[in-house]
Amino acid sequence: MTVTEAQLQDVALAREEYEQIVELLGREPTPVELGMFGSMWSEHCGYKNSRPVLRQFPTGGPRVVQGPGENAGAVDIGDGQAVVFKIESHNHPSAVEPYQGAATGVGGIVRDIFTMGARPIALLDSLRFGPLDDPQAGARNRYLFGNVVGGIAGYGNSLGIPTVGGDLFFDPGYNGNPLVNAMCVGIVEAARIMRAKASGVGNPIILVGAATGRDGIHGASGLASRTDPAARFAELRPAVQVGNPFMEKLLLEACLEALATGAVVGMQDLGAAGLTSSTVEVADRGGVGVRIDVGKVTRRETGMGAYEIMLSESQERMLVVVERGREDEVRAIFDRWELHSDLIGHVTDDGVVRIVDGDETAAEVPARLFTDACPTYYRTGREAPEMAELRAFDRSVRPDLAGRTSERRTSNVTEVVETDSAYNEPGGDVRRSDVRRSTTAYEALLRLLAAPNIASRRPVYRRYDHTILTNTVVPPGAADAAVVRVKGTKKGLALKTDCNPRYCFLDPELGGRHAVAEATRNVVCTGAEPLAITNCLNFGSPEKTENFFQLDRAVRGMADACRALGTPVVSGNVSLHNESAGAAIPPTPTVGAVGLLDDVAAALTMAWAADQALVLLGRREATLGGSEYLALLHGRTAGAPPPLDLDEEARLQRCFRELHKPLIALAAHDTSEGGLAVALAECAIAGDLGATITQEALDALVADNGGRLDRALFGEAGSRIIVAADPHDLSNLERIAREHGLATLTLGQTGGDALTIGEALSVPVAELRRTWENGLMRDDASA
Amino acid sequence: MNFGVIVFPGSNGDHDCLHTIGETLGQPVRAIWHRETSLDGIDCVVLPGGFAYGDYLRAGAIARFSPIMAAVERFAGAGGPVLGICNGFQVLTEAGLLPGALLRNANLEFRCQWQHIRAARPDTPFTGGLVEGQVLRLPVAHGEGRYFASPEELARIEANGQVVFRYCDAAGATTEAANHNGSLNAIAGVCNERRNVVGLMPHPERGAEALLGGADGRLLFESVLARARAVAGV
Repeated sequence: MTVTEAQLQDVALAREEYEQIVELLGREPTPVELGMFGSMWSEHCGYKNSRPVLRQFPTGGPRVVQGPGENAGAVDIGDGQAVVFKIESHNHPSAVEPYQGAATGVGGIVRDIFTMGARPIALLDSLRFGPLDDPQAGARNRYLFGNVVGGIAGYGNSLGIPTVGGDLFFDPGYNGNPLVNAMCVGIVEAARIMRAKASGVGNPIILVGAATGRDGIHGASGLASRTDPAARFAELRPAVQVGNPFMEKLLLEACLEALATGAVVGMQDLGAAGLTSSTVEVADRGGVGVRIDVGKVTRRETGMGAYEIMLSESQERMLVVVERGREDEVRAIFDRWELHSDLIGHVTDDGVVRIVDGDETAAEVPARLFTDACPTYYRTGREAPEMAELRAFDRSVRPDLAGRTSERRTSNVTEVVETDSAYNEPGGDVRRSDVRRSTTAYEALLRLLAAPNIASRRPVYRRYDHTILTNTVVPPGAADAAVVRVKGTKKGLALKTDCNPRYCFLDPELGGRHAVAEATRNVVCTGAEPLAITNCLNFGSPEKTENFFQLDRAVRGMADACRALGTPVVSGNVSLHNESAGAAIPPTPTVGAVGLLDDVAAALTMAWAADQALVLLGRREATLGGSEYLALLHGRTAGAPPPLDLDEEARLQRCFRELHKPLIALAAHDTSEGGLAVALAECAIAGDLGATITQEALDALVADNGGRLDRALFGEAGSRIIVAADPHDLSNLERIAREHGLATLTLGQTGGDALTIGEALSVPVAELRRTWENGLMRDDASA
Repeated sequence: MNFGVIVFPGSNGDHDCLHTIGETLGQPVRAIWHRETSLDGIDCVVLPGGFAYGDYLRAGAIARFSPIMAAVERFAGAGGPVLGICNGFQVLTEAGLLPGALLRNANLEFRCQWQHIRAARPDTPFTGGLVEGQVLRLPVAHGEGRYFASPEELARIEANGQVVFRYCDAAGATTEAANHNGSLNAIAGVCNERRNVVGLMPHPERGAEALLGGADGRLLFESVLARARAVAGV
């Protein structure tokens, strides 16, 4: 063998994989071919570890226009239109260079959408960081957080695509390995969806957009497919691309205009692995070959060879296959938008990807060797042995919250609430702190509202332009999902990303079910019908059995939920190797849900209004296992996450939509982190109006939660929604719930300027708001 | 009345202006590419928001050299109504058609939120339908909107009554908290001496439908339409 270990390391191929390549080719690969194989056989492009797992997902359905396998998925929304969407990770680039990493993540996902011929109309971002006040990593986490948000804002705002939603979660498990998942949503005439497919022998291939530079070489193989990027910060930084949103804006407008001519037969953006993956993919999908002359590619720097040109990940570039004879017409459009375009090759009939540099052949490989022949690893998983014990943790052996009264509220106690890190020994002694004092429900509520995982996201979303394009009907923060209208129709789209990584850590399969259930439930709470989901699977290295177990089980749970809730997976992305200092991140299968509202003007928010009756629709039993309450007040991620009956969840979602149609439901909020009490507080803040929950309702909740106030107020559960309704509609509401086999509990009524929950607590809405608004960071903005 | 919306490479508020003028208000409107040189047949020019040429150098610094800007200057010089919104306002100050400059927000961050502004004298084409002191609620979305002028220039435009809008609270008070970007004298919008060219940082085109959270923005477009009708004697 002539290849050295160092060369293999560069392209992230195993020795056995190299030998396989030699066998497939019948010869040693050229350096360019080796680099191309490294990229195409990376997890990022080739899905070699995740492919068998991903087969579990349901991907079809009556409304699915395009499932996984293209640049994005597409779903029919009627009137001849389709919604095109996808979520994608940019975790490792963001860990190394947060501003550019996040910015180019947005750029990449936006290109995926307009490559399909769709006009992008909304962005969402699902972000995960280590705690901002982490004793060791806090400063780095604050730097990452600030710059990731800055990068998303800088790129998205310039492009003029509103960032309308997402989710944000902090956990020590993300120290050193933040997650940046960006989702883009677009609208296209269904009949005009463009595929990334080359066809028509002799058709010219045009490369348009930015000049090709040395940035991002080995991004797919080196950066995305290895662990612990932060530790090799200086070394890897050159592998991160630099974004130019102005160029992307021109490319977006020019490509949509070029597509409208009908002269374009295929289009593929240059993302991970640049010219390599784009040429291979258009050839493979079209069942044709391509001949590319890298000498025709305009370069940013001198001295770049075929290897660098083929592996560069310079941003804002697009590969366009044009009908022969119409290339001038298309290039004239690019010229008008002041974009440079190069005629770099043409479609051939032999299925071979042929890369030449002038007279020299640099690579000559059948396209399918890069794709179909990519090895697939069937791994087996095994749960880490300590997990069962962790799940068995039961909070109920410890004392409950103090007093059912609000008397302590005025006692001005300032001592720090105890944390019970050494506190879970079964039958252990009652610790000093218990004797000293127990937390009150009031204190627990305010601490939860100020928690970084619950507090207002306004400090983040006010940096994102979310009003541009004049479609934002329900803005960020107003409801469980954002709602944008579809211009020219009465329709709206409800959009949300979600994933509770604690649930996924403690029980990946259950956590996967919850991720799909909650994202779709959030969409349902605006009155929308969930259509489909996209997902981004963020996990540790699959070579480790416990990590593979998490991936496999989480996907199983998600797939089951997708089937039960009628939401197929139409697109997605896999990000493995998310590890820092040898430890994997909490498994994070982020779900992006898209729902359809027939009448966007009827979209619901969580803001209740005066004299409305409040009803808890669905489950009364909650659990503290895996809860924010347990993590925040007791420093524990333990216990069994809330159970989730998928049939019950499906009935709940159907029932709520039925309540929405005749406008029985007037406001709605599901209960997630922080449980019922936090959800009620969020509604009160949104509506700027208090409410009184009766002692009778509280007693019923406590009774159904093992007699515990903490579980009743702050325990978490799926399959339930707080519904505000006209008191006259209560009997109708209860009847419809019964028809769906669902329980209802009348909680109380809105009104007044305080949120009162029986005798457990009573807090002025202004105090709730102040606490919640200043939790993430001090809010200095005016109204 | 024929509206023209100037499109620079990097403009991104052009779609919203075209939508609001064309669809919401039902007026004839066309996009005018920055390389065009004539505004023949246009009765009102709008410079939209965005990041013209990427705004990498300084907001509006390159756009002012676009071929169409000579036509805009002639149009303004002849008394035609010109409205610059956000980036369009920045371009107009760079081109010298409006006084002052827009600097980075005092908090150094891009801010997107609904904001109250208070109208001053209603004697520009875009504020004729307002009353002095009227409070409007409109979206802002910018990172470089802090109004600045030299002390002499500021004194002059104040004395001339060229300040068209100021940031305020819901009650119309120009509090420090309401001046979210730290503009001098809480200035949100100004006009030229002749009062036919108006620039403002808030987005009237984004706040022109109740469905989107507020329709106060319509008033600016309706003002210029009412004025046209009055001039035509209809």
